[in-house]
Amino acid sequence: MAEKKTNRRDFLFTATYAVGAVGVGAVVWPMIDQMNPDASVKALASTEVDVSSVTPGKTITVLWRGKPVFIRRRTQEEITEAKSVKLEDLKDPQKDEDRAKDPEWLVMLGVCTHLGCVPLDQKGDYNGWFCPCHGSHYDTSGRIRKGPAPTNMEVPKYEFVNANTIKIG
Amino acid sequence: MSDHEYTPKSKFGKWFNDRLPLLSLASHLTDYPTPKNLNYWWTFGGILTFCLITQIVTGLTLAMHYIAHADMAFESVEHIMRDVNYGWLIRYIHANGASMFFLAVYIHIFRSLFYGSYKSPREIIWIIGIIIYLLMMAAAFMGYVLPWGQMSFWGATVITNLFSAIPLVGEGIVTWLWGGYSVDNPTLTRFFTLHYLIPFLILGLVVLHIWALHVPGNNNPVGIDIKKPSKDTVPFHPYIVIKDGFALLMFMIVFAFFVFYAPNILGHADNYIEANPLVTPAHIVPEWYLLPFYAILRSVPDKLLGVIAMLSAILILAALPWLDTSKIRSAVFRPLYKQFYWILVADVLILGYVGAMPAEGLYLLIARVATAYYFLHFLVILPVLGLKEKTIPLPLSITEPVMGGSPNIAMAKKKESKIE
Amino acid sequence: MKNILKLISIIILFCVTSANVISAEKVEYLKTDWTFKGLFGKFDRASLQRGYQVYTEVCAACHSMKYLSYRNLSEKGGPEFSVAQAKAIAASFEVIDGPNSDGEMFNRPGKLSDKFVMPYENVKAAEAANGGAYPPDMSVLVKARGGGVDYIYSLLQGYEEAPSGMILDEGVHYNKYMYGNKIKMSAPLSDGIIEYSDGTNASVEQMSKDVTTFLMWAAEPSLEARHQMGFKAIVYLIILTILVYFSMKKIWSRIETEV
Repeated sequence: MAEKKTNRRDFLFTATYAVGAVGVGAVVWPMIDQMNPDASVKALASTEVDVSSVTPGKTITVLWRGKPVFIRRRTQEEITEAKSVKLEDLKDPQKDEDRAKDPEWLVMLGVCTHLGCVPLDQKGDYNGWFCPCHGSHYDTSGRIRKGPAPTNMEVPKYEFVNANTIKIG
Repeated sequence: MSDHEYTPKSKFGKWFNDRLPLLSLASHLTDYPTPKNLNYWWTFGGILTFCLITQIVTGLTLAMHYIAHADMAFESVEHIMRDVNYGWLIRYIHANGASMFFLAVYIHIFRSLFYGSYKSPREIIWIIGIIIYLLMMAAAFMGYVLPWGQMSFWGATVITNLFSAIPLVGEGIVTWLWGGYSVDNPTLTRFFTLHYLIPFLILGLVVLHIWALHVPGNNNPVGIDIKKPSKDTVPFHPYIVIKDGFALLMFMIVFAFFVFYAPNILGHADNYIEANPLVTPAHIVPEWYLLPFYAILRSVPDKLLGVIAMLSAILILAALPWLDTSKIRSAVFRPLYKQFYWILVADVLILGYVGAMPAEGLYLLIARVATAYYFLHFLVILPVLGLKEKTIPLPLSITEPVMGGSPNIAMAKKKESKIE
Repeated sequence: MKNILKLISIIILFCVTSANVISAEKVEYLKTDWTFKGLFGKFDRASLQRGYQVYTEVCAACHSMKYLSYRNLSEKGGPEFSVAQAKAIAASFEVIDGPNSDGEMFNRPGKLSDKFVMPYENVKAAEAANGGAYPPDMSVLVKARGGGVDYIYSLLQGYEEAPSGMILDEGVHYNKYMYGNKIKMSAPLSDGIIEYSDGTNASVEQMSKDVTTFLMWAAEPSLEARHQMGFKAIVYLIILTILVYFSMKKIWSRIETEV
């Protein structure tokens, strides 16, 4: 008889705790979610860039999600150089065509993958970029060739919405 | 706190507890003997703790998005309402939470007034409570300024200008408070800082408030001392925890109604107009919970005396344990005091009402009468009553409601054992 | 228990009454059915879209709505234009951006992320163009007036001949519902002043209702979400209260058995 009483009592208390826990979760979630990017930040998640004035051999830098993005229109020389590199020579092996769908255009985050500085254009031993902070050298495809950076400069999601406009993000 | 031999069950628990007796503290709080005849008016202490934590948590999350600058404050609040995930919910909880906080604190205070909880040996608990109440009003006043609406700005202007009533140094103090020649950006940023700080001061005082309470233990509806331990008490956990939980849930239903279905009804429409130093609103009104004091302030024609009257109205409460001369605690056994208690309640509600009205004509007259009566209650009626009143005989114990009579188990149930 | 409920209901009644007394005008406002009122209130999407049209074609010439963004027009709980429609609406406005690499500000078509374009550069310019009276920003106008939607709905239809004996200054008009009865805005609506794209007859009453509905959404875009969450929250609390009540009874029953 005592056992039956205990079971009924336990069920009520268990049910109460369970329902209560649901409520606690429902209250905690908004407190956590409010720190996630808000609607106005998410609205700026992608940006469109007019590249009609970018001639071959020129790089422009735009701000996207608070970070610099290098958009470079490469010369034929640079493209050939990028494609001829052997994958074994790369710390972070990646084919040039996987980084630049249209080989003329290189779009990548201008952030050194070592500790986040902004590499300098047309500098370094590989005709690409050079990061002055700790001496990382990137090639004409933005791949790490020498120095402490572990990976190639990141290529974000982008597409040409028309001949003159790139949409990043 | 009574010395309580508690041995933690685990080895780690014992090791930790020897160095920082948190487990002993938890054990004390769990076993804390509470009178078993407490009625629902006693649940508001727990409710107030919930309100304080709610305000702190929602306040912290709001502060992650709010910008305390005169040019951006209003816009940042709209940003919270429109763009921040669940921003509207957090903002409405915080704004209505302030009202709920005051609703609960008034019920809590009036409970103490009815049952004599402020009387010896609980005077310090009461005084700490008055300080908490003052800090609540300061925090609420400054919080209301932050959205930088018309009422924010002009309410701040009116109340800070009161300090100019102080002779000699008044003007200097006002300039010092403002950080300028009028309420402006420096005022806003410092109000934000202080508004952020005060709840944590309140938290500390609440700890002292509860600590001081645990020395004599709770008062109870019958107002007589309980010898501990006794069969007149129950351990705080689970009996009082579950009862406070139940009352808290009822309170949260009311809270939810305001937040989700009438979130702006307790506020003022003018605060959705951006602050404009060149245009004064037709009626400057504080939030409802400050209205009685506003009425007292405006009922005195002289500026300085009005300020003194308003402050005295609060500070007089601190003297209450000594103004009330009655040896009997609970109004249950003080039939005459009970009448005057309800008249005081009506008086405060009337003051609140006229506080929202323009200070002229009949409203002003009523405000003056009600103000005078308020002071009369504390300064004259209470001291005299204590000496002259004929009280009902107290029972022997809380389970023995009638002196000399046989204990009635039915009376020992949780419903209040009021003698009607 | 009963006392608590009594006290709370007295206090709520008091608050509501005093709130109404503070904001009440002497005149009774015009009444209509607002679909968004009540526990399960929702916006009428078509009305919101028409209301947006009224705002854009009539009001936006003088009244800014600076806290709204074009993307809000396609978000849930509002007029719910499609993303493509909202994009097109945004692009139909010129937005000032910059400075460019020459250091100059320039114009470009609006994007979803842009805020609604303002008719005047700043408050002073707005005042100067409107005889010294600033046409208030409409983002939260409905919440900034004690009478709320009823007040705005009535005011738009409240233009009348001034009562005999009342002298109105140059540029001041008589309105039955305006606080103080004098308003510097001339009657903005007249029958057929715009042509609704969904074919609804654009009477003054219809436009008043639609634009007021739109203004209500503009002031409270989270209204529907708030009502929905509120219903769930209160049902949940009632369930939990019942469970806790029985748990409490169960626990306290131990006392009686001990005596």
